[in-house]
Amino acid sequence: MTTSSTSEPMETKGLMKVIMASSVGTLIEWYDFYIYGAMSVIIAKQFFPQDNPTAAFLAALATFAAGFVVRPFGALVFGRIGDIIGRKYTFLLTLLLMGGSTFAIGLIPGYAKIGIWAPILILLLRFVQGLALGGEYGGAATYVAEHSPLGRRGYFTSFIQTTATLGFFLSLGVILTTRKTMGVEAFNDWGWRIPFIVSIFLIAISVYIRLKMAESPLFAKIKKEGKISSNPLKESFAHKRNLKMVLLALFAAVMGQGVVWYTGQFYAQTFIERTMSVEFEQVRYLLCIAILAATPLFLVFGAWSDKIGRKTIMLAGMLLAILTYRPIYKMMYAYSDVKVKTEIKEKSSAGSAMVVAANGDSTITTTTVAAYTDGSTLKTVKKEVRLADKSKPVVKPETTKTLWLSAGGFWMITLLVFIQIVYVTMVYGPIAAFLVELFPTRIRYTSMSLPYHIGNGIFGGLTPFIATRLFDASKTTENPGGDPYVGLWYPILIAGVCFVIGLLYLPSKNDEDVSD
Amino acid sequence: MQSLKRLSGFIWIALGLGAVYLMVRQMSTEVSAAEVAKKAVLDTKMFWYIIIPIFTPIMAGLCLFGWYAWKGEYDVIARDSEHLD
Repeated sequence: MTTSSTSEPMETKGLMKVIMASSVGTLIEWYDFYIYGAMSVIIAKQFFPQDNPTAAFLAALATFAAGFVVRPFGALVFGRIGDIIGRKYTFLLTLLLMGGSTFAIGLIPGYAKIGIWAPILILLLRFVQGLALGGEYGGAATYVAEHSPLGRRGYFTSFIQTTATLGFFLSLGVILTTRKTMGVEAFNDWGWRIPFIVSIFLIAISVYIRLKMAESPLFAKIKKEGKISSNPLKESFAHKRNLKMVLLALFAAVMGQGVVWYTGQFYAQTFIERTMSVEFEQVRYLLCIAILAATPLFLVFGAWSDKIGRKTIMLAGMLLAILTYRPIYKMMYAYSDVKVKTEIKEKSSAGSAMVVAANGDSTITTTTVAAYTDGSTLKTVKKEVRLADKSKPVVKPETTKTLWLSAGGFWMITLLVFIQIVYVTMVYGPIAAFLVELFPTRIRYTSMSLPYHIGNGIFGGLTPFIATRLFDASKTTENPGGDPYVGLWYPILIAGVCFVIGLLYLPSKNDEDVSD
Repeated sequence: MQSLKRLSGFIWIALGLGAVYLMVRQMSTEVSAAEVAKKAVLDTKMFWYIIIPIFTPIMAGLCLFGWYAWKGEYDVIARDSEHLD
């Protein structure tokens, strides 16, 4: 028997049921959210044809706005409902919205069948996904924290913290399995819909589990006492006494946590795939291994934060990231840098083929395969279109590179990604407990959700885009390859500012009592 | 320590204002360069038209945080809601 935050007895078995019910639902919501991102290239081809400017505009909007910017609005909408009606029914609602919209994405006919309605419907459903995700996390974290015993809140809420990473892992696993089972062509044609449709079964199980759960004991207590806030938004953000804590949460913790998380888990993927040109499946396998190996550390750092304080662990994670990002990325990039590799001429090959279309345009495809002494192989495909009509502007040749890493290179990069995910577990493991402790029960859901989703959705979520844009901007005529590490300045700078603010202003001791 | 917390408030205000100024300046440079080069105008505008409206209120929040810090609001962090004032 342990003592909960309300000083009422709660069996460990019962607490584990609470954690499972909350975690499974949150994990599925993350899965739903990530599969869209993981399949954005296929979705773009089916729903957002690039030759239609309106569709291209909607595509960008679906990625940027719905994926990241809508999340804080979801935090406001569902946070308010959660503080007035209750945690349980609110995160049931977000689960249903997320599951319904994901399932519907899997059913929408493509642009070829219903025209502009296809991208419009996708955009609307993506908006619903963003709103639902904005409401989910705060509810789950609050629900678990309000059930947790004194002195173990960091450990128990860290189960919720594993869900984002495991949801990403699950999405990668389902996509890889479906793609392998049915073949790349069938997957790109219609098989991509399966991971979306599967979601409805996962959601049904999760809703069933959550329906059986009781309301949070702290919320039930203040409801009984008539202490519920009548206007949580006003109380959270219009009163200085609480607004200053919201600002502290954002700038002293969540902002830095967001960029460290998205750099370790997502920018690393973008960098390995786009900048280093590592092959599609190798990238996903190494990410899956690194994620799976690092996930238990969420629980380790969550539990440790109960003993030595949330601040120490979160700031240590940020500092390590700031100091080591550039060396880590330099070590990763070295495995793709052909300038430092020795080619085995007798194992390398080259060939070209020409296809002439009916209108006289010809496409020349040149393929070269270079094998290197370190065991890696680089395939370069150059497509050149020569137009029959010489008065038309010349089409720029397209070059795609695919690098297969050697076994040694694969494991070394897996280790380097693992180190980055260890930083993620340090900054993200204790954050739910930290946020819950900062705000009172009657406005907790609203107050903690907004800074969380600004920090993660905006500062963190935009990391791959901003970093990739910085990399593109570094390409000049003198240096057409650009500076591959320039994108890292964004997370380093944001985490640096957050580290200094956290060091100066965050309290060192945890707030044990959250029943206020 | 308390005076360091208060004085740093000015840095956060300056950082918030400086970030907005740099973003607006960078947007005008990039959009006009893209228009002159007649390439990726939609992408460039799209990026900045999303980034600026999102980050400007957040930077206003950083200025407000700096202001509260300077006024000594963070000298002592309340341990519970009874003592938030």
